[in-house]
Amino acid sequence: MAAISVRRLRKSYGPLEAVRGIDFEVAAGEVFGLLGPNGAGKTTTVEILEGYRSRDGGEVEVLGFDPGRGERGFKERIGVVLQSSELWASLTVREVHAIFAGYYKEPRDVEETIELVGLGQKRDARVKTLSGGQKRRLDLGVALVGDPELVFLDEPTTGFDPAARRNAWELVRSLRGLGKTVLLTTHYLDEAQQLADRVAVLVAGEIVKLGRPSELTAGAKAEIRYRRDGELVVLETEEPTRALHDLTAAALAEGRELEALEVRRATLEDVYLELVDEQPA
Amino acid sequence: MRVLLHQLRSEQLIFWRNRESAGFIFVFPLMLFLLLGAFYGDETTDEGYAGIEVLLAGMLGYGAANTGFAGMAITLVVRREYGILKRIRSTPLPASSYFAAALASTLFVFALQALVLLGLGRVLYDTALPERPLSLAFLVAFGAAAFAGMGIGTASLIRSAEGSSAVVNFILLPMAFLSGSFGGRDYPRVIEAIASVLPLKYFVDLLRGVYLEHERAWSNPGALAVVAAWGLGGALLGVRRFGWEPRER
Repeated sequence: MAAISVRRLRKSYGPLEAVRGIDFEVAAGEVFGLLGPNGAGKTTTVEILEGYRSRDGGEVEVLGFDPGRGERGFKERIGVVLQSSELWASLTVREVHAIFAGYYKEPRDVEETIELVGLGQKRDARVKTLSGGQKRRLDLGVALVGDPELVFLDEPTTGFDPAARRNAWELVRSLRGLGKTVLLTTHYLDEAQQLADRVAVLVAGEIVKLGRPSELTAGAKAEIRYRRDGELVVLETEEPTRALHDLTAAALAEGRELEALEVRRATLEDVYLELVDEQPA
Repeated sequence: MRVLLHQLRSEQLIFWRNRESAGFIFVFPLMLFLLLGAFYGDETTDEGYAGIEVLLAGMLGYGAANTGFAGMAITLVVRREYGILKRIRSTPLPASSYFAAALASTLFVFALQALVLLGLGRVLYDTALPERPLSLAFLVAFGAAAFAGMGIGTASLIRSAEGSSAVVNFILLPMAFLSGSFGGRDYPRVIEAIASVLPLKYFVDLLRGVYLEHERAWSNPGALAVVAAWGLGGALLGVRRFGWEPRER
């Protein structure tokens, strides 16, 4: 059974159509990425699934519940990491975890959760003394302490330095190891590519592409670049093997070197930028 | 019930651990009592009451408003703007348990403060012990709850965490002054007219009645009704306008 199923979901804020009839499903145990530029409707979509926002149209089912009803049984089974939140600065890491653990019928062990998110050394530190990355770990720990089946991560690494992002990615991978279903939003391509089993690209409230990261780039043209007499030559081709063979054979026959030769597969970034550009803002 | 107790313990931990809240809400009224007490020390009012006992009744009123109204409003606004309320909203903790625990925590803090005020008055200034302790205990709980209702309503009107303390004190301090929390109340007519719509004035009347004149709490039903109406009005405003999510981004 799908952990999340979304059909023709719509949401407007006044005249602005933030989400324009999107469909997708997330399987249990899957890490699903919602990728898109700022203002694409990612957070609106996630907040509808979390139960924070009402929808204007369409059907939504999360773990068999309608999140809009705010049922306690639903909240027992989800974990939420918000884009920004500051927890009680003068409490310790352990105390904050214990407060949230007390809200659930069957929480995870507090100490174990703190270890899981890598704050074992900091369990007795006050929240105000934590670094930005450690605070995000705390947010994640608090989201996991209820032992949820489904975890929502809204832009978990926005504003992080590269090392902190790598650490955060490791954490998300560890969630997969625990068998959790994860819905992740991001505007970083590499993040989606690294973490998600499947990605939906959301632009201006619509899903313009959906699939495995490798599928999204499939069928895109490859680029062969080299220099001839100092001039850059760029060939776009759907058959890079043949094109390259022809090119090198000709060069060998002429006894010429192909200067600065490179072959580039389109990356997710190329595909993504193309998709984002195609859409009228 | 288990969750409610858990949340009450959590509220207490958060309150006492935070120096700003514990200092401003709990210690500040006690300090004010000591300072003003040294000042009003041995005066006797025109009505023949000991000045220090009039002050004690007034400070109980200020304490109720400070703990209930200011404490509740500032806590709610700060938690809302920091995203804590939104975060809690996604957990199984019911909203009713959240508010019940916040109210119980407020009552507990103010009850403790009232006991310390009475104790300090007794030890340092030889004030009388209340002759109607049950009536006084009722007023303590009633006042803290009513002012907490006003605090919830006011929180829904304040937009930013930074401004919350200033806005709340901008309301609270003049109200406390006009209501006679800090001692005498011999003001010109105009100011008295303003004071006569303020809930704290009626609450201080009730406290003076019980503490100075040994009346029962319900011997002044008009004043009880005014305070209750303000509390209910605030709570209703809060229910209608309350938001769990940050207003400022």
